[in-house]
Amino acid sequence: MDLVWYLILSALLFSVGAAGVLIRRSPLVILLCLEIMLNSANLALIAFARSLGDTDGQIFALIVMVVAACEVVVGLGLIVAMYRRRLPLDVDESRALRG
Amino acid sequence: MEQVAFFAGAIGALGGAVAVIALRNPFYSVLALVVHLFSLAGLFLILHAEFVAAAQVVVYAGGVMVLYVFVAAYVGGFGEPLWDAIPGQRILAPLLGAALFIELSIAVIGTALSSLESDGPTIPLGFGTPEQIGETMLEDFLIPFEAASMLLLIAAVGAVVLAARRPPLPNRLAEADPDHNPATLLPAMGGPDNPANEDVRTATAPRAAGVGGGPLGNRGAGPETFRDEETPAARRNPSGPPPAPAAAGERDEA
Repeated sequence: MDLVWYLILSALLFSVGAAGVLIRRSPLVILLCLEIMLNSANLALIAFARSLGDTDGQIFALIVMVVAACEVVVGLGLIVAMYRRRLPLDVDESRALRG
Repeated sequence: MEQVAFFAGAIGALGGAVAVIALRNPFYSVLALVVHLFSLAGLFLILHAEFVAAAQVVVYAGGVMVLYVFVAAYVGGFGEPLWDAIPGQRILAPLLGAALFIELSIAVIGTALSSLESDGPTIPLGFGTPEQIGETMLEDFLIPFEAASMLLLIAAVGAVVLAARRPPLPNRLAEADPDHNPATLLPAMGGPDNPANEDVRTATAPRAAGVGGGPLGNRGAGPETFRDEETPAARRNPSGPPPAPAAAGERDEA
């Protein structure tokens, strides 16, 4: 398969994830959409690594996965903390940082 | 054969991604994301990234998704409100997504990359295997590797601090304020800057008065007796912020 197919698929997945972040208001689903966007970037990185015959792109993808795991852990910790304090789990409701 | 595998993976990844944002129950969204991740792992295999594909399945579908499933089950299926916060949000957002896709496609197709229309060079033996990934990572990318491990440690500690169970708020109020005098309340709670005070006033008071119960309900975390004891006290005094501290104080005396 040509590289362009992978890049188009990556762009499509990124757009779907971005649209999901804009549409949904539950913070959990927004985190899931961020995962989709990061994974589409991973797909582009690995496609370029294959196209250049170089392993460096795969290392980039692995580092992106590490950062995504950190983001998920902190985000889920925030959601659990919001739930414990009985704050509404809606990103339109919680727009003030002070609590 | 390769085309068939690519299109199967692409359909799975795209269908999973669309299902994540289309399904209303967050639990089903998490399961749709698992489908999406497995399809992407298949695409990685086609691209000769065996180690990344294995890491994708083990780390993402095995570890991170379990975390998501636990949190989705713990928080519960909170229903999202049907009205739009921004007028026309549900129509505007897919249009913006489509515009982004068109822009990215034009950018991809418009580039003068010579490798765009090719399968890529003949790759050396052992491309993408754990041996080569480990060699590259420890020889060329040692500092990013160590920085990633530090980042993971910091994130784990931060998540524990964020989600740690604190003493329940009504008991803290009762201890700090035995005479239910509002003047002594705020200094004892750490002053007006303490976010816990704002939390008590804004979150507990309207919910106890039965105004905005919210999608969360009262089940789950916190003391089990919270709901039963707070409601009658709040009904006696249903006006505005005072109910929460007063209710906690009265219950303490009773």
